[in-house]
Amino acid sequence: MMKSSSQTVQRTKIEVPVSGPRTFLRALGAVVWKDLAAEMRSRELLSAMLVFALLVILIFNFALELDAQTRATVTSGVLWVTFAFAGTLGLNRSMAMEKDRGCLDGLLLAPVDRSAIYFGKAIGNLIFMFIVEAIVLPVYSILYNTNLFNGGLLLVILLGSVGYVAVGTLLSSMAVQTRTRDVLLPILLFPVVIPVLIASVKGSMGFLQGIEMADIWPWLNLLIVYDVIFTAVAFMTFDYIVEE
Amino acid sequence: MDTMIEVRKLIKRFGLKTILRGLDFQVEAGEFVALLGPNGAGKTTFLRILASLSRPAMGQVRIAGYALPAQASAVRRRLGVVSHQPLLYGDLTAEENLRFYGRMYGVPALDERVMEVLELVGLTARRRDLVRTFSRGMQQRLAIGRAVLHDPDVMLFDEPHTGLDQDASAMLDNVLREVAARGRTVVMTSHDLARTADLASRFDILSRGVIAGSVKRSEIDPNELLAYYRKTINQPAGRN
Repeated sequence: MMKSSSQTVQRTKIEVPVSGPRTFLRALGAVVWKDLAAEMRSRELLSAMLVFALLVILIFNFALELDAQTRATVTSGVLWVTFAFAGTLGLNRSMAMEKDRGCLDGLLLAPVDRSAIYFGKAIGNLIFMFIVEAIVLPVYSILYNTNLFNGGLLLVILLGSVGYVAVGTLLSSMAVQTRTRDVLLPILLFPVVIPVLIASVKGSMGFLQGIEMADIWPWLNLLIVYDVIFTAVAFMTFDYIVEE
Repeated sequence: MDTMIEVRKLIKRFGLKTILRGLDFQVEAGEFVALLGPNGAGKTTFLRILASLSRPAMGQVRIAGYALPAQASAVRRRLGVVSHQPLLYGDLTAEENLRFYGRMYGVPALDERVMEVLELVGLTARRRDLVRTFSRGMQQRLAIGRAVLHDPDVMLFDEPHTGLDQDASAMLDNVLREVAARGRTVVMTSHDLARTADLASRFDILSRGVIAGSVKRSEIDPNELLAYYRKTINQPAGRN
C-alpha cells in the first residue's frame, strides 16, 4: 500500500546536474549497464544471435563440400555472412526492447545529450556482437578444420564490427518507429554496409591467405574511414531520427 | 503566481493532417490541470510536445522559463512524464529501474533517493522483483516513482488510469494527490471526467486542435462538468 501524506518524507529540492562530459559518460555507462543487465536476465538476444549464427555455419558446412584450398577462399565470406545476419537479429531485438514498453521515450526524456543514448546502445550491441564472434570463430575452426586465430583477422573483425554496429544502431532506431521494423532494418542496413562487408571479407581473406600487407592496407583504411565517418554521422543525426 | 507552462499559437502536423491548430495554453505554478477531450483531439500529441518528444511545426513553448526545442535539456531536468505505457524495463527489478533512470538524470545520493521513492509509491517490499512480474497497477505506481525520482517541478500524465481496475485507479489517485500536494505543477490528460473532477484544480477541453474551453474547479459544480464538457466539444469551431 502507498503511504499516506502524513507519513511520507517532505519534498526536498534535488539539483539535477547540467549536461556536460561527465553526465554524458554517466548516461552512456548507464545505458550499457542496463542493456547488459537486462540481457543477463532474459538471454533473449544473445541466444537468438548465437543459435542463428551457429545454424548458418552448420548449413554452409553441409551445403558446401569443400576441399582445403576452396575452404580457405570461402572462409571469410561465410564468416561475414554469418556475422551480418546474426548482427541484424541482435540490432532489431535490442531496439525493439526499447520500443515495446515505451522505454525509448523514457531514455529520450533524460536531460542528457541524446548521442549518449546512441553510443550506449551501440557499445551494448558491439559487446553482444563480440560475444557471438568469440563463440563462432572456434566453432568454425573445428567444423572447417581451419585455423582462425590470426591477429590480423581479429583486427579486421574488430573494425568491421564497429562499422556494422555504428550504422546498424542508427538505422535500427529509425526502423523501430515503423510497423514493419523486422523487415525494414535489413532492407535499410545491407545497402549501406556493403563497403564494410566487402572490405571485411577482402581484409579477412588477405590475412587468412597470407597476402602481403601492402595489398591488405587499402581494405583496412576503408574500414577505418567508414567507422569514423558513420560514427560521426550517427552522432550528428541521432537526435533528429528519434524525435517525431 | 509564476507561469510554469506557456504555449502560444502551437501548430502540429503529421503529413497533411493538422492535429493542433494554433493552440494557446498557460499553466501557473502549482496548478493541477486536467486536459480533457475526445479521442483524436490531440491530447497525447500536445503532451509529447510539452515533453520535448515531438517537435511542433510552428508556435512557441516555454516550460519553467525555458524555450522548446532550443533549451530542451533544461526543460527535461524539470519535467516528469507518466504515460499509459510504464517506460520501465521488464527484465530489471523495480530498484534497478529506478537506479538506471537515476543515473540518466544524475540524481545525487541515489541509493537514499531510490528507497525514498519506493516508499512513496508503496513498493519497498517488491523492490527486488522483476518489473515484468508486476500487475499493471504496480507498474503504473513504479512509473510515477520513475517520473518523480529527480524531483521535477512539472509533471505530465498521459491517461495514467488506462488499463487499471477500480482499486488500482484509486491507489493511483492517492499517488497523484501526493505528487500534486508537494507543490508540483501537473497536467493530466484523461477521458474519465469523474476521476479528474476529484483531482484537478482546472479543466481545459481540447477539441479540434485548440483549447475550446477552460474552467476552474472553484467556478463549476463537479456535477455540471460533464454538461460543460459536452457543450464545449459540440460547439461550432472558433467559438471559445
